[in-house]
Amino acid sequence: MKLKVNGREHEVDADPDTPLLYVLRNDLALNAAKFGCGLGQCGACTVIADGEAIFSCLTPLLALEGKAITTVEGLGSVENPGPLQRAFIDEQAAQCGYCIAGMMMRAEALLRKNPQPADAEIRAALMPNLCRCGTHMRILRAVRRAADLMRTASAPEGGKRSER
Amino acid sequence: MTVFKTLLAIITLGLAAAAGFAVNAWHSPIDPVFPPKAGTFDPELLRHGAGLAEIANCNSCHTAPGGRVFAGGRAFATPFGTIYSPNISPDPETGIGLWSEDAFRRALAEGVDRQGRHLYPVFPYDHFTRLTREDVHALYAYFITREPVRAKAPANELRFPLNFRFVVAGWKLLFFRQGPYRPDAGQSEQWNRGAYLVEAAAHCGACHTPRNSLGAEKAGERFSGGEIEGWSAYALNAASPAPVRWTAESLHAYLRNGWQRAHGAALGPMAEVIDNLESVPDDDLGAIATYVASVAGWTNAEPRRAEKPVTLALTESAAAATPREGDAPGGEIFQATCAGCHESGRPLPYGGVPLDKSTGPSAATPTNVINIVLWGVPPAEGKRSPIMPAFADSLDDRQLTALLAYVRAHFSDKPAWADLERSIRTARNGPPMAYPAHGIDTGEPAAQQGEEP
Repeated sequence: MKLKVNGREHEVDADPDTPLLYVLRNDLALNAAKFGCGLGQCGACTVIADGEAIFSCLTPLLALEGKAITTVEGLGSVENPGPLQRAFIDEQAAQCGYCIAGMMMRAEALLRKNPQPADAEIRAALMPNLCRCGTHMRILRAVRRAADLMRTASAPEGGKRSER
Repeated sequence: MTVFKTLLAIITLGLAAAAGFAVNAWHSPIDPVFPPKAGTFDPELLRHGAGLAEIANCNSCHTAPGGRVFAGGRAFATPFGTIYSPNISPDPETGIGLWSEDAFRRALAEGVDRQGRHLYPVFPYDHFTRLTREDVHALYAYFITREPVRAKAPANELRFPLNFRFVVAGWKLLFFRQGPYRPDAGQSEQWNRGAYLVEAAAHCGACHTPRNSLGAEKAGERFSGGEIEGWSAYALNAASPAPVRWTAESLHAYLRNGWQRAHGAALGPMAEVIDNLESVPDDDLGAIATYVASVAGWTNAEPRRAEKPVTLALTESAAAATPREGDAPGGEIFQATCAGCHESGRPLPYGGVPLDKSTGPSAATPTNVINIVLWGVPPAEGKRSPIMPAFADSLDDRQLTALLAYVRAHFSDKPAWADLERSIRTARNGPPMAYPAHGIDTGEPAAQQGEEP
């Protein structure tokens, strides 16, 4: 079947009940999304499908026909990181880093819908994603910074830069 | 409800209100008193009152989401409009701070407030009227010594003519029978204790008994299943859809721990009910379990589906699960999204319950299964608890319909749910129905789990 990931169409040869995560990692070599628990309980596998954050470990290919999938690779590159990636680097929000791709995708889905979330809204949105190192406060700061970056990036030239 | 039925209901209520007005519409106010000081009550009495308040689940209705306990203000959407629970903390102006014990007793026994106004029967005084004098005394002692919270509940938004409280007098004439619990001499002391707690305090029937068009529990259909806040409260009588027999022991464990190894975890509003039973003594929980088990008459029941040989069940369901042309394949979705937990064999409460044992797939309506699958089960705050991810964002209506049709066909022996896709669509467009499961805080979660069926 056809799978649209990060704006590119891929022809995938896999059973329709294969979880998306396996196809991303094994067939398309998009290794950002991680296998954590395989049960939808840790969030390390989170990607975006048609704007919604989903657990790619629990979503079979047959549920993704025609949907636009975004992974961390679709947010920017090493040379040119997107605002969310920039913010996570600036805040040094990763310790071991295993959860971070999922955290970023969950945050990306939130910020697309709600560009100025309150702290409580960020916490509620990120609830399905676990971090075992304990960098939660940095992750929260990074999401706030990303929201600021996204706003200033779309502001007219010469707009006031965020100081945070 | 059709226009005709609504009209009929209003006319009936109007006539009853007129009659009721003549009989018992008017009650005099009871003089305000200064609340007794906390030290005037025996701590043992306060503990007893606290236990009763827990069984009666008072805090669930009288606390707004995120609000202070007993300060009221929680909205209840009823077919007749929205009612807000009042503040029952002892604040003199906005709560019950000026209520004497007589006023408090009259509210529970007759559904009339201190000022003499009728209370709407969303407050289950049809049950609380059965409480003993001693228990009402303990409840009064408990509530009048809580921390006062100044908070005025929003005004009710009820349809005419129900916005006039005297209409309730008519309702009472039709449906309300005041008076204490009458023990059944043919039953054991424990059974009677359980029946008293269930009928008078716990008011299980308020959710588990269906209501008529005027909002009263149907007398002839006790415990045959009702609805509450967008959830189905399963039948507790012989019509129970549970595929595994409940026993007094397993019910006791379920009410104590919030889950039972042969049935799974309590979900939806029932998880909150069980949260409230934490300090209720084992004797009382055991009595409740004994009574509820006897309501269903489980001991003489035929073996339930999940107790039959597995091969038979699989053969029966294989035919029913045959997909129609064009259906999204429910079985494949099940394998990819559900089987990882529900067929993993991991022990409860953290593993998923095998669905042939779960009541949801065998229930009369798909309501609860839809709620759980769409909105998941979030973790209990600050405690270990079972959780389930939400699937509203990853499966569309057609895929969910296929999945749940498969679950119904595969894990129950009941006919397919009618209007499944429409129910899913309605639930998805409504408010999210996520309730955390009961927190598991015993050191030994497998302890006291009741007999294996």
